[in-house]
Amino acid sequence: MAKPASNIGKRADALMNWIDKRLPVSAFWEATMTGYYAPKNFNFWYYMGSLALLVLVMQIVTGIFLTMHYKPSAAEAFASVEYIMRDVEWGWLIRYMHSAGASFLFITVYLHMFRSLLYGSHRKPRELLWVFGMLIYLALMAEGFLGYVLPWGQMSYWGAQVIINLFGAFPVIGEPLTEWIRGDYFISDATLNRFFAVHVIAIPIALLGLVLMHLVALRENGSNNPDGIEIKANTDEDGIPLDGIPFHPYYTVKDIFGVAVFLLIFAFVIFFWPEAGGLFLEPDNFVKADSLVTPEHIKPVWYFTPFYAMLKAVPDKLAGVILMFSSILVLFFLPWIDRSPVKSVRYKGMWYKIMLGFFVVAFLRLGMLGMAEGTPAETWEMRVWTFVYFAFFVLLFFLSPRGKTKPVPDRVTH
Amino acid sequence: MKPSAKAQAVGAPVQLSLESLEPGQLLKIQWRGQTIGVLRRSPEMISDLDSLTSALKDPSSLESDQPEFAQNTGRALEDEYLVINMHCIHLGCVPKLVPQVGPQPFDDNWKGGFYCPCHKSKFDMAGRVYKGVPAPTNLVVPPYRFGDGKTLLIGVSAEGVS
Repeated sequence: MAKPASNIGKRADALMNWIDKRLPVSAFWEATMTGYYAPKNFNFWYYMGSLALLVLVMQIVTGIFLTMHYKPSAAEAFASVEYIMRDVEWGWLIRYMHSAGASFLFITVYLHMFRSLLYGSHRKPRELLWVFGMLIYLALMAEGFLGYVLPWGQMSYWGAQVIINLFGAFPVIGEPLTEWIRGDYFISDATLNRFFAVHVIAIPIALLGLVLMHLVALRENGSNNPDGIEIKANTDEDGIPLDGIPFHPYYTVKDIFGVAVFLLIFAFVIFFWPEAGGLFLEPDNFVKADSLVTPEHIKPVWYFTPFYAMLKAVPDKLAGVILMFSSILVLFFLPWIDRSPVKSVRYKGMWYKIMLGFFVVAFLRLGMLGMAEGTPAETWEMRVWTFVYFAFFVLLFFLSPRGKTKPVPDRVTH
Repeated sequence: MKPSAKAQAVGAPVQLSLESLEPGQLLKIQWRGQTIGVLRRSPEMISDLDSLTSALKDPSSLESDQPEFAQNTGRALEDEYLVINMHCIHLGCVPKLVPQVGPQPFDDNWKGGFYCPCHKSKFDMAGRVYKGVPAPTNLVVPPYRFGDGKTLLIGVSAEGVS
């Protein structure tokens, strides 16, 4: 920093000095931002982490304002959401930001996770970073589901019915467990009230803690990069990585650019396409919950449909539920399933590119089939893609130590 | 997190009149928060039941939940009236009554019955589950009995106290 020219500068320095003696603000800023060196070859995929954090903060802020007007009771919930949409000043905006924000959070998180599959970011020494990320993903799924119940529309009600009953599939503990979750013998006011409590207090607190752990684990080893090599292996005489640049200002500026583009897209959706044709807010959820009538075509929000398709593909209750849960559980073990000597897709052979391609198609196709009506032909297709989904992990485990690789460079490429 | 004392107390039997129920008509009523269907079956609906045995998972209701008096082909006290808990045994959706016999989008050889829109479970006109669908057992028959005149009492068993 340049020498302070004026009196004001001197005083500011003195104040900072006073604070630093009591709270290590400057040291923290240097350790995590200006003195934290990140690989210089980040590309598009490295925007997603900061964008996910941005949307999470937006969800918390808009959530606070929604909580001021929402009534968590079966009698009033549906009307209070309509009240927010029609009568509360800027209510439509905060509600649409929150409802579309949920979908955007999952879009950024899915792309963020896909980045790991591309460049091996979950591999040693970043296994815990990945595990914390997976825990965040699980917490987000719970948060998304609970939040979708709160407007108390038809999809809220029947979605809750189906998801809670998933836990009833387990022998012995199933029935008492569903009663414990619902707080009643059926989905009722008690269920809505506790879902509200968990949605606005319990999970957000857990999420913030998990995000903090995720970031601490990230700073410990630093980011991976598209080449999947450790930049700390090549340092200058001061111990600074030759292929590293300080996170601030270089990547803060890059991320601000990403935020600008993201907000442009986000604003367009909120103002012109907030329901995304039934993907973000389903038509059936504009009808108040009715315990006597199940909607003609019930399906979860898009970010759950790949897993929902796996549930639908199995003609057995317990087996379907176990398969669905294990499809998420298996992701936790990814750092130990991939045993390839190289991390990045750039230096893995064609075998990995083909497998990853099939995996992505399986995930997207299952997502589409999870929303579909479910003809017998579609059921068979779901079974095929479910098989492909799991085959990816099995093949990866056995092929990765033997699969062909290309030589990895010492320094990052552009 | 368990149901409160208030929630546990709400469970009194409900009574309804069968006076205006036409053959083929389904009436839905709530009992203990569950949707209970009362279907007045036509003679054809009843006579079709016997022919389905081989297509069903549990045709004799050995694994299923019903009062003893309903462990028969029609799963009812009187074959004309089917009283059934409408919630699918799979994940709790309410199946739709599809009484038309003939090809349907979900079944080319449909004999009439209940079809669950959530996960495509199929049940016959006695709430018995078909093979090859996610629901493991037949729909549940609640305890009930017929009262004076043409009334039905749900929540009290014909065999005494439930």
